[in-house]
Amino acid sequence: MKVNGVERPAPSDTRRLLSDHLRHDLGLTGTHVGCEHGVCGCCTVLLDGAPVRSCLMLAVQAEGHEITTIEGLARDGAALHPVQQAFHECHGLQCGFCTPGFVMSVVGLLAQHPKPTEQEIEEGIAGNLCRCTGYASIRRAVNRAVELGAPAARRATS
Amino acid sequence: MLASLEDAKVLAGGQSLIPLLNFRLARPQHLVDINRIAGLDRIYERDGGVAVQALARQADVEDSQHAARICPLLTSAIGLVAHRVIRNRGTVCGSLAHADPASELPAVLLALGGNVTVRSVRGERLIAAEQLFTGVFETALAPDEVMVEAWFPEVVDRFAILEESRRHGDFALAGVVRAGDSMALFGVAPTPVRADPQNPTAGLQPSADLEATAEFRLHLVRVLTDRAFAA
Amino acid sequence: MTTRWFGASVQRVEDDRLLRGKGRFTDDIGDGALECCFVRSPHAHARITSIDVSAAREVPGVVAVYTAVDLPFGGVDLPLLIPHPNLTHGRTQRCLASDVVRYAGEAVAFVIAESRYVAEDAAELVEVDYEPLPVVITPEAAERAEQLVHDDVPGNVAAEMLQEVGDVDAALAKAPHRKKLRLRYERGAACSLEGRAVWARWSEDEHKLTVYDSTQSPTSIRGGLAVLFGLAESNVEVIAPDVGGGFGSKIMLFYPDEVLVPYAAMQLDRPVKWTEDRQEHFTAVNQERAQVHEVEVGFDDEGHLLALSDDFIHDAGAYTPYGIIVPIITAAQVPGPYRVPSYRVRFRDMYTNATATSPYRGAGRPHACFVMERTLDAIAADLKVDRLEVRRRNVIQPDAFPYDLGVVWQDGNIVVYDSGNYPELLDRAVTLLGPKPAGDNVGTGLAVYVEGTGVGPYEGAHVQVLLSGKVVAATGIPSQGQAHKTVWAQVVADELGVNVEDVEVTSGDTRRFPWGVGTFASRGAVTAGNAMYVAARMVADKARHVAADHLEANPDDLELADGRVRVKGSPDRGLSLGAVAVLSNPVRYAFGGGTEAATQFAAKPRPGPPLREGEQPGLEATGYYSPPGSTWASGCHAAYVRVDPKTFRLEILRYVVVHDCGRVINPLVLQGQIEGGVAQGIGGAFYERLAYDDDGQLRNASFMEFLMPYATEIPPIEIDHIETPSPLNPLGVKGAGEAGVIPVGAVLASAIEDATGIPITEMPMSPLKLFELSRGTNPG
Repeated sequence: MKVNGVERPAPSDTRRLLSDHLRHDLGLTGTHVGCEHGVCGCCTVLLDGAPVRSCLMLAVQAEGHEITTIEGLARDGAALHPVQQAFHECHGLQCGFCTPGFVMSVVGLLAQHPKPTEQEIEEGIAGNLCRCTGYASIRRAVNRAVELGAPAARRATS
Repeated sequence: MLASLEDAKVLAGGQSLIPLLNFRLARPQHLVDINRIAGLDRIYERDGGVAVQALARQADVEDSQHAARICPLLTSAIGLVAHRVIRNRGTVCGSLAHADPASELPAVLLALGGNVTVRSVRGERLIAAEQLFTGVFETALAPDEVMVEAWFPEVVDRFAILEESRRHGDFALAGVVRAGDSMALFGVAPTPVRADPQNPTAGLQPSADLEATAEFRLHLVRVLTDRAFAA
Repeated sequence: MTTRWFGASVQRVEDDRLLRGKGRFTDDIGDGALECCFVRSPHAHARITSIDVSAAREVPGVVAVYTAVDLPFGGVDLPLLIPHPNLTHGRTQRCLASDVVRYAGEAVAFVIAESRYVAEDAAELVEVDYEPLPVVITPEAAERAEQLVHDDVPGNVAAEMLQEVGDVDAALAKAPHRKKLRLRYERGAACSLEGRAVWARWSEDEHKLTVYDSTQSPTSIRGGLAVLFGLAESNVEVIAPDVGGGFGSKIMLFYPDEVLVPYAAMQLDRPVKWTEDRQEHFTAVNQERAQVHEVEVGFDDEGHLLALSDDFIHDAGAYTPYGIIVPIITAAQVPGPYRVPSYRVRFRDMYTNATATSPYRGAGRPHACFVMERTLDAIAADLKVDRLEVRRRNVIQPDAFPYDLGVVWQDGNIVVYDSGNYPELLDRAVTLLGPKPAGDNVGTGLAVYVEGTGVGPYEGAHVQVLLSGKVVAATGIPSQGQAHKTVWAQVVADELGVNVEDVEVTSGDTRRFPWGVGTFASRGAVTAGNAMYVAARMVADKARHVAADHLEANPDDLELADGRVRVKGSPDRGLSLGAVAVLSNPVRYAFGGGTEAATQFAAKPRPGPPLREGEQPGLEATGYYSPPGSTWASGCHAAYVRVDPKTFRLEILRYVVVHDCGRVINPLVLQGQIEGGVAQGIGGAFYERLAYDDDGQLRNASFMEFLMPYATEIPPIEIDHIETPSPLNPLGVKGAGEAGVIPVGAVLASAIEDATGIPITEMPMSPLKLFELSRGTNPG
């Protein structure tokens, strides 16, 4: 599978969840695990550009696909992706645990709806839990990301 | 493959099955992952309805022009299924095969009088919606059968799907699907059930859970039926 | 000096690494650690007759399995954190139960393996024989005491406490009107999105224990581990790395894993870590649950409160590790912002066979606010007086401070409100709320609260200017998202005249600052913030003195601004802060960084020894702030709701907050705290509840069934502020962390009752509950 543009092997243990594989086998701990039953959204990554729950996929299922995690949005030292930048400007994160999942969900949302309506924004952020912010600043961040012109999801290049 | 394996489950979208695995509530010896089977993800027009193959993701059906044109009831219903992220992986056939009594798509199939095509080493057969759902999380599929296609008849007006849930995207406490003059209910019986709009709660014995008693469910059925047929 | 950063909406310094996925939460720390899994009791009350771990030990990849008999401290009760003379029958659990289990989820065995997957496989093979015992689940059942949770605790009463101000019986007897109410308020579970986790390593070479813990008090954990394992505190390091939310559940200390994981690391000579899964979070992490209040109020024809008697029981759960802080807080906060000439409160803390209770954001204040606000609404209904007017008539006036309540607070002092303006909160809230939306089934809700914040005993801070001129600061208490590092940097930057980006704050790491209490009770900005201020002032003072020698000026003529120490009025006569840092440490050997300026053949600023008596090298200082008592924040929330008359679906049409936390350090951060708090309040009022069945099983131990609100359930919130500075601390700040959550239940109860006509005497509510109440079928 390609993860953030780099070819990576799948684990030999077929029981391994994609979330655990990313975090512990590949060292990409930016994707978080909050519930392991698909409700909280902390584990959201992009599968071929679309947001999915990595806790609801077996790692072996990702073979042949492209995964983008939070680490893949901006290179080390490079500028933040517009969605990340927008979250920063709007105080869209507090403890930061739900944040990677939210950011990936919003990247996916804006890839499909670059100029989303209020309803589309609500639908787009409706599937992620946040316990800290009360969501208001996250809504503001999505609107700000639209202003900053978040690019369409593209395949991460190496 | 299914025929040759003891205690196997089909893995398609995984959005219902993998939580059960994570909880260690489902413990199949084998998982048969059908996601790599090519050519099984089409959504197309057939016989005056929409055919949805096994690997068509719920999100794809949600975005499908065919579906929106031929069966906008299906499009509306899909929008109520969980959240978009789940729909990116979950499949329509998977939802039907999982047969959660509180889910929307089985009731839509029933209200429309649709059917599914299932396949095994013994060949293919059609199962009508009326025969498909046999109990809570139970269908008429044999252990070695895979659902390869679902067919939703056309409806373009006088349709509605209404549900009461606690949060946006949750399973329904009670739900009503109207397709023309016929109606199906979900969340109030072990399977989706047809109902008479004039007497929607007849014969219903809903169960109770944390968010709804039987009485509340019956009440909601009456309220939602009124609202679905008011237009 | 200029106040440039205080009051500014500075964007957070914490964000960049978190946004890039470079956060370091405890489970992110791998380092080849062994992984663990608990075996937990499925029964709420049972005697253990045998435990057989032999099969589990045989599983390939399993390194060890512990039960109580395997632990030298197996028979030791975990610490009772807050003793109290009224807690006559306090009880705590042991790391691993071997005799009796008293709640479903109590730990019985601990499996350590190469991976969590293997540990879970092995845990299934542990065989425990239980003899179920009768279960006590509700506080009412606890009170009936037909069954006991602890054999040696009569009546299931852990503690009883009575306080009285004035003469309530006499006042009630004379009151023109009297009313009784029975009110029930359930809180829920904090459910931070990061569960709990602990990682530990023992270094035999350095004789050092290092622990990463998703905790709200690393200093306390360090102290406890040092005592338990007989180590010097300096040989124990505890760090709270990035923590994904705490909300009080992580200020509960010495969960079994916090002892077992370090112990295992020491025994097995390998790093060991444990991360809970969501299911066990629901049963093994402390919760905050029911209180049942019997209230009697006496009032006059205008609705003035004359006397209030409140007799309540508090559901302690199976153990009382956190003492009776939550009911003490409730008892102290019932009067709230209102004058209650005679007040009597008695509580009994009762055991039940459920997970133990300890603070969850609000910590008993939401219960208290609900009681008082429902009482006032009942008075208004009785007298047919407007609910807002009744409140106006009863609030404490701005000229009444300091206002002595006469009841005891969680810090052992008597409650004295220091400052506030409650009438203005009410007026502004009503203005902000605006006119009622048109349409049917719309109701209005209103609630005012006060909140004791900034409790002691103290916090400390160390501030140091580096040779480069950059500033580092450290304090003992950790963060769980409150932007402490940004907020404290603002305080320090103002004192030292530097850019806020040039101040780097470390928190919650005993290696960097070993003294402190913890992050809880809305105290971080007040205690650590003021400690930062004290330490930074000391550094600024020293900078002026060091620079004065070299500039041949009087320290009082010097100011710190733009990263320099300079003469007021002659800004080019000055030194950079970094140069002052160099000069503050006389050296023999120059090692770069400008240190040649401080060597012996460079200019001597004055005769005598390089360090004066009492002087220390370095441009650094450690300061402490110990509050004389809590400082009292306050606020008023108001809302319009619509309740569908058929489905009882709740729609919050408008929600406003007017808030007073004294001087505001960072308005952007404060807004986030309030918005988040209100969301948790809405969750707790209408969506979340812990559904125990009669056998003490939690029926909804997952996010599918414990309903935390998504964005779609939370309306936009409008916020306004007033500032009544605190006279108790130099910065004039009050705490704000819990404010958003405290009155929400009261507001929604009031609004729902107004919209539907259904009397609301308990929380949480739900469509089902409203349906049953409307039918009169709910026994309540």
